[in-house]
Amino acid sequence: MEKSLLCFHCGEACPDHSIAIGDKSFCCHGCKTVFEILNTNELCDYYNIEETPGITPKQDLVSDRFAYLDDETVRQQVLEFSDAKTEKVTFHTPAMHCVSCIWLLEKLHDMDQRIYSSLVNFPRKEVSITYNPAEMKLSETAALISSLGYEPLVSLDTVSKREQSTAEKKLYLKIGLAGFAFGNVMILSFPEYLSRSGAVDPVFKMVFGYLSLVFSLPILIYATKDYYASAWASLKSKTINIDVPVTLGIGMLFFRSAWEILTQTGVGYLDSFTGLVFFLLVGRLFQQKTYEVLSFERDYKSFFPLSITRKINNVEAVVSVSKLKPGDRIVVRNQELIPADSVLLKSDAFIDYSFVSGESNPVAKKAGDFIYAGGRQSGTTIELEVIKEPSQSYLTQLWNNEVFNKPRVSTLNKLANQVSHYFTFGVLAIAIVAALYWFQFDTAKGIKVFTAVLIVACPCALALSSPFALGTALRIFGRQGLYMKNTEAVEALSKINTIVMDKTGTLTEARQEIIEFSGDSLSGIERQMVRSLVHHSTHPLSQKIFQALDIAPSMTIENFEEVSGQGIRGESQGHLLKLGSGKWLGLKPEQIDAEDMKTRVYLSIDGKPKGFFLIANIFRKGLRPLLNDLLKRFKLYLLSGDSEREKPALVNLFGNESDLYFRQTPEEKLAFVSSLQSSGSHVLMVGDGLNDAGALRASEVGIAITDDVSAFSPASDGILTGKNLHLLGTFIRMSKATTQVIVASFVISIIYNVVGVGFAVAGKLSPLVSAILMPASSISVVAFTTFTTTLRARMMKLT
Amino acid sequence: MYVMFILIAFSLAVSLIFLAAYFWSVRSGQFDDKYTPSVRILFDDKGTHKKTETDAESVGNHEENQ
Repeated sequence: MEKSLLCFHCGEACPDHSIAIGDKSFCCHGCKTVFEILNTNELCDYYNIEETPGITPKQDLVSDRFAYLDDETVRQQVLEFSDAKTEKVTFHTPAMHCVSCIWLLEKLHDMDQRIYSSLVNFPRKEVSITYNPAEMKLSETAALISSLGYEPLVSLDTVSKREQSTAEKKLYLKIGLAGFAFGNVMILSFPEYLSRSGAVDPVFKMVFGYLSLVFSLPILIYATKDYYASAWASLKSKTINIDVPVTLGIGMLFFRSAWEILTQTGVGYLDSFTGLVFFLLVGRLFQQKTYEVLSFERDYKSFFPLSITRKINNVEAVVSVSKLKPGDRIVVRNQELIPADSVLLKSDAFIDYSFVSGESNPVAKKAGDFIYAGGRQSGTTIELEVIKEPSQSYLTQLWNNEVFNKPRVSTLNKLANQVSHYFTFGVLAIAIVAALYWFQFDTAKGIKVFTAVLIVACPCALALSSPFALGTALRIFGRQGLYMKNTEAVEALSKINTIVMDKTGTLTEARQEIIEFSGDSLSGIERQMVRSLVHHSTHPLSQKIFQALDIAPSMTIENFEEVSGQGIRGESQGHLLKLGSGKWLGLKPEQIDAEDMKTRVYLSIDGKPKGFFLIANIFRKGLRPLLNDLLKRFKLYLLSGDSEREKPALVNLFGNESDLYFRQTPEEKLAFVSSLQSSGSHVLMVGDGLNDAGALRASEVGIAITDDVSAFSPASDGILTGKNLHLLGTFIRMSKATTQVIVASFVISIIYNVVGVGFAVAGKLSPLVSAILMPASSISVVAFTTFTTTLRARMMKLT
Repeated sequence: MYVMFILIAFSLAVSLIFLAAYFWSVRSGQFDDKYTPSVRILFDDKGTHKKTETDAESVGNHEENQ
């Protein structure tokens, strides 16, 4: 009965019946509060939509946590719309996870009348709140949704997302326009398909022709704009990409048709023209699968807090981080990030640099010590003096490196572009030769043949095969937890030959550690005493041991003492307990294991050694088979910011000691990847932290590993959920298979082109032949690529 | 036979209306979120609270587009 006691709100196990309303038990006061809010506002329908839908609200609610939002500069960046009566803000709330969340977040008005309305965008995990600024502050809206368990993530990188959504809107408009023109022109061309030449009334023919021309004009001017721009950019850089022959074909189609219609010499190929553009744009939409929740373009600003508590003359005020100046005093609480390089002024700190350097154990710092920005304080509240502005700190210097300042150009040539180079010259040569041949007999026919060859050779199918094959692969990857930024990244992944990996958080689980006691088995009382002892210490290792021991009532500890960097001691029921390093406990060197690669915390009771707590990182599941597989196919390196203490285990995994590098700074990682590239390698970087950001950016493909995809991860080409790391080898295989599919579809589309060019050279390309051949080739190539790509994925058990 | 021109003009007018409607729907952001509205419509709103939320929303959108 006790076991099945679940929280009415969030469904987590409740320790006991102590927190309850009537017959409903709650796991914590946070959940109870949410229930009370819902209950008083008659919103308990929430619980009928889904069973135990709630989220445990964060416990350590500091009331002024969102006070920085009321700072005028922050407000202007965060608010979407503001006037005297209405303000609108959109918060990103990653905790949103089910239908009930949508329901609850859209009922904010019922909870607080000062809010006019709230609207959820679930795919983006965003909630837009419109409220009355005369009565409500921005920080209060954030506090309200936070109290419901939806912690808003405020960052300033939302601008790029809006740009992305307008680009998508434009594509929708273009597709609508092209589809409209395609359908209408097709209908107007129909009489011509069905009748023998001359059977259609010339007046109809003329009117239909002019109407088709009117429909086609916006397509020529607006819908295909991107293709012209891309072709022009490619010609300017003296290369030929796939858009060059496409633009050539499209242009020829339109102008030849326009000429035929205006001179009344024919009906033109406008049906083919509009259809072609329509298919091309649909291909582009398919390729543009975006993961709206994810952001692939983050710099350090996204990771840093927006605000910090500054202390001036003992008065604390929340200010925006960008306003910090050297000499300012700041207050950093438990689990907060240090925003600038500073010197510790007050109380001891334990700084967790795992995110910045990859060092997995928190570092103890004393007053007067220098602390780099990016560390996370764990334990008590500390006070610091800022030495450098946030943008000038040691870590953020990495973003001044040139790789971050120049637009990223892939060094890998796209398959389609390689082909289109030969293709374009080939087609031009055929067109000229055929035209020269016909000029001997008939100049007009020569021009007709020349344009017909360019029209029919328009590599529509060729241009569609890559988007559909890669787009399909992109979707398959997404279902397996690898979210690639775009199809180019999928293609680049197929060409890599070197893999560089980070350790902490990439090969090992980020937050999980094994804690076990080895030595004499501890009695119940002894466990209780140890647990009570570590309860007094804020040291991260103490807290880990505290969490690892079973729940037991606390005992009183007397004469507690914490020796910084050594350990803790205290007396309980007449026994002296000491917990700390082996040396401090007075153990002889032979009692301390020489191969001390994991963190050990030794315990002695009344001076008698009892054993030690072992704290070790856990490697992710399936790591050994993955590395065995990758080692056979790629050159593999490990770059860790951590110390060598886990080296033996890693040598065992990687097999070769010389490819393992430890104590790597972020700059060294970046330089390492660059040096590999300059020796001709195509590098895949797999990392997780800010310290990998440079290497992720410099590599051909950078994949960020994260345990929570909606959490922040550094800028990368792909985001992979940690639990699917073992599939990395299969993902690379799949990307290679996809490029094989593309090559096969190129062959098919070239066969179509050869047939079409055959008609054209013979001067027999009638509008009907063109209207059948072009869509048929496009559709069959699309069907072929999508089907074979899915089939290959199924063979690799990826679907 | 020339009566066809009237038919063509009429059918064109209708299709242009639909094209305009489509353009409006894209611009007003109906394609931004293709999931949430499908869920929202299934909530019972117990008839108590206002349904003008979407109006306030689109006003906000227009302002912000400027």
